[in-house]
Amino acid sequence: MQATSSLRESLVTGGKTVHDVTQDICSRVEDKPNKTWLGAMTLSLITLGIGAYAVFMLLWDGIGVWGLNKTVGWAWDITNFVWWVGIGHAGTLISAILLLFRQKWRMSINRAAEAMTIFAVICALMFPALHMGRLWLGFYWALPLPNTFGSLWVNFNSPLLWDVFAISTYFSVSLVFWYIGLIPDFATIRDRATNKVSKAVYGALSFGWDGAAKTWMRYESVALILAGLATPLVLSVHTIVSFDFATSVIPGWHTTIFPPYFVAGAIFSGFAMVLTLMIVTRKVYKLEDYITIYHIELMNIVITITGSIVGIAYITEFYMAWYSQVPAEGYAFLNRMAGPYSWAYWSMMTCNVISPQLFWIKKIRTSIAATFIISIIVNIGMWFERFVIIVTSLHRDYLPSSWAYFSATRYDVGVYLFTFGIFFTLFFLFAKFFPVINMAEVKSIIKTSSEKKD
Amino acid sequence: MEKGQNYLVGIFNDEDVLLKAVRQVREKGVKIFEVYTPFPVHGLEDELGYKKTRLPIAAFLFGLTGTILALTMQMWMLGVDWPMIIGGKDFVSLPPFIPVTFELTVLISAFGMVGTFMVVSDLKPYKDPNLFDKRSTDDKHVMAINLGNNSLASDDIKSILSDVGAEEVNETQR
Repeated sequence: MQATSSLRESLVTGGKTVHDVTQDICSRVEDKPNKTWLGAMTLSLITLGIGAYAVFMLLWDGIGVWGLNKTVGWAWDITNFVWWVGIGHAGTLISAILLLFRQKWRMSINRAAEAMTIFAVICALMFPALHMGRLWLGFYWALPLPNTFGSLWVNFNSPLLWDVFAISTYFSVSLVFWYIGLIPDFATIRDRATNKVSKAVYGALSFGWDGAAKTWMRYESVALILAGLATPLVLSVHTIVSFDFATSVIPGWHTTIFPPYFVAGAIFSGFAMVLTLMIVTRKVYKLEDYITIYHIELMNIVITITGSIVGIAYITEFYMAWYSQVPAEGYAFLNRMAGPYSWAYWSMMTCNVISPQLFWIKKIRTSIAATFIISIIVNIGMWFERFVIIVTSLHRDYLPSSWAYFSATRYDVGVYLFTFGIFFTLFFLFAKFFPVINMAEVKSIIKTSSEKKD
Repeated sequence: MEKGQNYLVGIFNDEDVLLKAVRQVREKGVKIFEVYTPFPVHGLEDELGYKKTRLPIAAFLFGLTGTILALTMQMWMLGVDWPMIIGGKDFVSLPPFIPVTFELTVLISAFGMVGTFMVVSDLKPYKDPNLFDKRSTDDKHVMAINLGNNSLASDDIKSILSDVGAEEVNETQR
């Protein structure tokens, strides 16, 4: 058993009892959806509908509807892909890495953060799938399946193929990890259910969980090992994503700093997205006693640390471009800062390097309004980071006669909106029908009596 | 489980009272059928004298299967079945095969272990949990004692349970 210092701030405030936890979280599932939820759901379904039209046109006409040209063959599609995958990383960091480090404050945010991971990875998967044009053939291009070419196998030397394995493993392991954690909470909802439908649905979802001591023992062992597996997994995923660029010979991409720099950036943007979502969820569901200012402050500290790592990485790239004395490399970085895309570069620098430094001030990092605004700014900045890396490195290639400028079309925007529609629709469904806080874990940090185990 | 057995069910409010109670009840020679808790109570498995779970071993073996499977698959496909020169590398060059090997190790280890956990704990959709007390998934800890397995009389066990801090003691059949 772990000893917790009495000097530590209590993680759940308001003098909640174990039964209060059940009541507070389950009632969100049991109550009829409120107006805020219905409004938000309608808005995300409209977004999904607009996006679906763009996706339909994309599949019908091909990726020519995007703003790509001969020089810039990769733009918003891979930018959005990397952005969404990065956002997903915070959920695994919170649920797996903080579990290994025994950080108990993860307990009230891990459920929603993991849900966010899963939905973000689904959004990310849309881009490699949709950009193939004929996505029904994608299985043969991406997976080692026997085929009619006499089994010409996929290229295991390619980082793009590593991505297929990394992202699909990441998605399925995260899903399993999340679901295992949900089973005991589904059982709680099942045993409170009064109507037939929810009894049947949550009865099926809870897998006949009874909370026996032996099952809990195995459950804890499974959770610990899954955390141990997910920790190197999550680091590997963004490392492999960065290999998509780092193993190429394009100036601006060909750097060994990419894996740690991408992982830090992923955690940075992921925590920002967790904060954006949790601040709203906390307000709408009145979860102020579970997700306290203390939780928000700790997440802001993680943002400051990872944001600083990202900032140092930007500066290191510039230093290396000069120190290497490779003209192409030096030009790529000068062009980034002062070329046609300098507006994107300076947006990135402002959002990612300057804004998280505001969290050094205690008043700002404990302010909900400031946190909410900065969390959105950080995610805008992280989108620009990927855009800057991808597009500015491509648009002026080795042959000046083929230099070009990329501008997004409405189908670029539409497909991006489509993933927002998916993300928020899934998140709102989750927030309504699933317990948004891991009840079993939160109950374990609530002390019911002054009795001490001797 | 045999049908129609008589059980004594002790309800506890606090996990630390429960841990003490489990020890005292077992010291008095009463065999506990199982304890049901709303959240994981650390140390309960030791008090109940359960053997450590062997799931970590299962996870390791599944992981090893994944490693071997991934390596042989890649070596056979690109080294034997259809060799190709890619980027001037050897047909079978180990470093580029590591990412896929790692991912498949994690994938098969995780799914294998979770599958084993489901099977050994008999977790499946539409299974009736057959709870002794519905509050055990809310806020109460439930200790079930099978009277058929114990030599002590029902009333004696009842008084032991009350002495060690049970809030209620009920008798049920299932």
